[in-house]
Amino acid sequence: MAEQQRVSIPGTTLFDDIQAQKGYALNKMCFSFNDKANRDAFKADEAAYCARFGLNPAQLAAVQSRNVLQLIAAGGNVYYLAKFAGIFGLDVQDIGAQQTGMSKDEFKQKLLNAGQ
Amino acid sequence: MAKIVGSIVTSHVPAIGRAIAGNLQNEPYWKPFFDAFPPIHRWLDEVKPDVAVVVYNDHGLNFFLDKMPTFSVGAAPQYHNADEGWGIPTLPPFTGETELSWHLINQLVNKEFDLTSCQEMLVDHAFTLPLKLLWPQEGACPIKVVPVCINTVQFPIPSASRCYKLGEAIGEAISAWDSDARVVVIGTGGLSHQLDGERAGFINKPFDLQFMQSLVDNPKWATQYTVEQLVEHTGSQGIELLMWLAARATIKGEVRALQNTYHLPISNTAAGVMLLEPLA
Ligand SMILES: [Fe+2]
Repeated sequence: MAEQQRVSIPGTTLFDDIQAQKGYALNKMCFSFNDKANRDAFKADEAAYCARFGLNPAQLAAVQSRNVLQLIAAGGNVYYLAKFAGIFGLDVQDIGAQQTGMSKDEFKQKLLNAGQ
Repeated sequence: MAKIVGSIVTSHVPAIGRAIAGNLQNEPYWKPFFDAFPPIHRWLDEVKPDVAVVVYNDHGLNFFLDKMPTFSVGAAPQYHNADEGWGIPTLPPFTGETELSWHLINQLVNKEFDLTSCQEMLVDHAFTLPLKLLWPQEGACPIKVVPVCINTVQFPIPSASRCYKLGEAIGEAISAWDSDARVVVIGTGGLSHQLDGERAGFINKPFDLQFMQSLVDNPKWATQYTVEQLVEHTGSQGIELLMWLAARATIKGEVRALQNTYHLPISNTAAGVMLLEPLA
């Protein structure tokens, strides 16, 4: 069967079959953070909590770094990662700023500029 | 037979929930968005719908990657909201209209939409916030609901053209429902935004405005694009316009826009609200 043509959009990772397989364990852990008890368990013993989900080394390193681009590269999907970010009180503008290398104020200004 | 009284499409950004909880509706940041709703409240008071069919996308509350249906329809007597991980206050349960749910499921599968029926279904902010914006009173939402969920989490995501056809089929099924009910169809999501990657913060105002206008003038306009092209034009989460498209397509023929608001940014998102009423 012919390989389907993959589309490339700069600065964007489409969450496709490749990402969905690669990121399954990481996303499953992040999905568990819908429950406060699980968020608390993660905070209490991060290493043990990650071990329960069998994260691979790249995913473990990405979780430890709190780096969203690295989490995406490890297969993370932003809808689930948002629940992970929530543990640290980070909102979507914090993670937007982090990914674009801006301060939060600069990132907010960028959004305002889009309305001009 | 049941009648579609109109369609309301709106953004569903989680920050709206925080604004409602914190009573920030009149703050300068929020006012232009919340001001879209009082005229819609007056319209709802007039047309008095009995049921809301809500086309939305789940963000990892009800569905995980273990099972990811492309299209799913709720068939529960009650739908619960729950913690999505960031502790925004949950809203009281919503009452289902199971007769319409099963009617839709039967009709749609018959028309070759192989959807998933859900007798239990948690509903996330994409479902609850638009209903709270439309019926802001204290306590439970006063009208019965049927959730229709479209996968926008994991590719392959159904095409704009397919979502349009789904909307048409929902519209035909509602019109064939043996009931006196008055039905409003709500579509939630968008407009342009991207949360992930170096391209985070992407917004495309000209495209959004053209899309909104197309819902009135040329409703199939967006079906010319592939989902990947929509990501390019509207950002990776901007594809939530698929829900608007499906909701618009439930109305056969022409519409007029009784409300049309576009405001940005809300959080990372360009927010839009429209109320569309059938002309015929
Ligand atoms: Fe969304």
